[in-house]
Amino acid sequence: MNKARFWLWAASLAVYAFLYIPLAVVVIFSFNDSMLNAEWAGFTTRWYAKLMHDEDMLRAAANSLLIALMSASIATLLGAMAGLAIHRYRPRWLPFLVLTPVAMPEILLGVSLLLFFRQVLDLSLGLLSILVAHVTFSIGFVAVIVRARLAGMDESIFEAARDLGATPWATFRRVTLPLILPALLAGFLMAFTLSIDDFVITFFVAGVGVNTLPLQIYSMIKVAVTPEVNAVSTLLMALTLTLILTASRFAPDVLKGRA
Amino acid sequence: MTDIRSRPAGLTKWVVTLPPGLFLVVFFLLPTLIVVLAGFRETGEFGGLAPIDGLAGLTLDAYRFLLGDVIYLEIFARSFFVAGLTTLICILLAYPLAWLIARSPKKRRDLLVLLVILPFASNFLVRIYAWIMILGPASLLYTPFAVIVGLVYTHLPFMLLPLYTNLEKHDPALLEAAQDLGAGAWTRFWRVTFPLSLPGIFSGSALVFIPVLGMFAVPELLGGTGDILIGNLIKEQFLDNRDWPLGSALSILLTACVLLLAALAAWAARRGLHGTEAVS
Repeated sequence: MNKARFWLWAASLAVYAFLYIPLAVVVIFSFNDSMLNAEWAGFTTRWYAKLMHDEDMLRAAANSLLIALMSASIATLLGAMAGLAIHRYRPRWLPFLVLTPVAMPEILLGVSLLLFFRQVLDLSLGLLSILVAHVTFSIGFVAVIVRARLAGMDESIFEAARDLGATPWATFRRVTLPLILPALLAGFLMAFTLSIDDFVITFFVAGVGVNTLPLQIYSMIKVAVTPEVNAVSTLLMALTLTLILTASRFAPDVLKGRA
Repeated sequence: MTDIRSRPAGLTKWVVTLPPGLFLVVFFLLPTLIVVLAGFRETGEFGGLAPIDGLAGLTLDAYRFLLGDVIYLEIFARSFFVAGLTTLICILLAYPLAWLIARSPKKRRDLLVLLVILPFASNFLVRIYAWIMILGPASLLYTPFAVIVGLVYTHLPFMLLPLYTNLEKHDPALLEAAQDLGAGAWTRFWRVTFPLSLPGIFSGSALVFIPVLGMFAVPELLGGTGDILIGNLIKEQFLDNRDWPLGSALSILLTACVLLLAALAAWAARRGLHGTEAVS
């Protein structure tokens, strides 16, 4: 309509371009038939094929999946308990414990867990230390999602169940659980994505010898830019995108919490 | 009325509170306290921590070392400068977009927000790698410019979302009133929209500024040797030099900065709100 509106649109489109062009470049060059990521040399899927035969990469992917499955399961259980507890009993100390690991710079959680595992537990770093670290930062996300779901519900249905003679366990199993199930699913998918994506904290607690997908990508891009990195990046992008969009179907606020 | 919350909770309460509570006490609170303590210990013969018996073995060496060497002060100062610059650029980029989204028809808003968030479904390292691919051929890699671009790129939605949430709540009637009273577009923005959006700017700034201080991957992958931030110092002490007391002392200083900034942002956001009450 007017000049101001035109510039507003122009500036916004420029920001969208700034957000999307770099990632588009990564995806496009994963199909480029050239060792050098410099110019387009024709379409190929050979980098994806190469990926499937890269032993280190496959092992890293298997580790990532295993850790993500386990940490998401544990975090969903503990996070749901925390969400329930915060909603129902309002302990003042629990929100602090649940949310601070999410709010502080990741590096601080990484080094404190490194110190704790090595100095206090004398645990050799590996899958177990990564698992514990991932559960620690995922609990908060699940708790927030579950709590939001509980806060949106009518308390009288729980009273009704009780008045009809249901025990606390029966109330939980027959009323609360079915109602928070979408939140649990969303929380699980969220925790899974956070785990499979985490680099900073894993970097500190992984030790030598055990790699996850992000750690593998890190050690590759430190050395050189190769189309294989583009291929694995594209696959990882597709996976997390699917997971997050699925999670947002169950709990619409998930998307905002992620970014 | 028996309110479910005021009933004697008994066993159920502890069944749901204790497991997550204990887990986080052991794997979050305790490790944090250990870092605090480690900052006052001596480095071991082969790195790590030297064994101690009792409190007499504690020392201020790590802190003395940090304060005695001007290079650490320089890196802290540079980190604050880089974080400030990143925050400022994020505000400049996010504002027009947040405003556009907030003033779009309701149906279109969710889609426009989703379009901002989607790129962040990609891995953090992939987002950095994208810029290695772009800046490398342009010979801009390993420069302070590359670091700023990478930091802005990885933190932009943290600014955009709080800003949008704030702008969305503005009552359009305020701007109409300003217009009826003869205010031009520029005046309407600076005297009405901008002051009202300050709480959004403050919370967004905290969400950008704080993580940037602790960042090590972006400077390491995109920057030169002179571009390191506090995060790189900490990483170096824990993983490369294995000087854990020094690394712990640095972590504590970073934590202190973070707490101070978070308190400041909360205070500013509240003040911003009070300040704008006069406007609205």
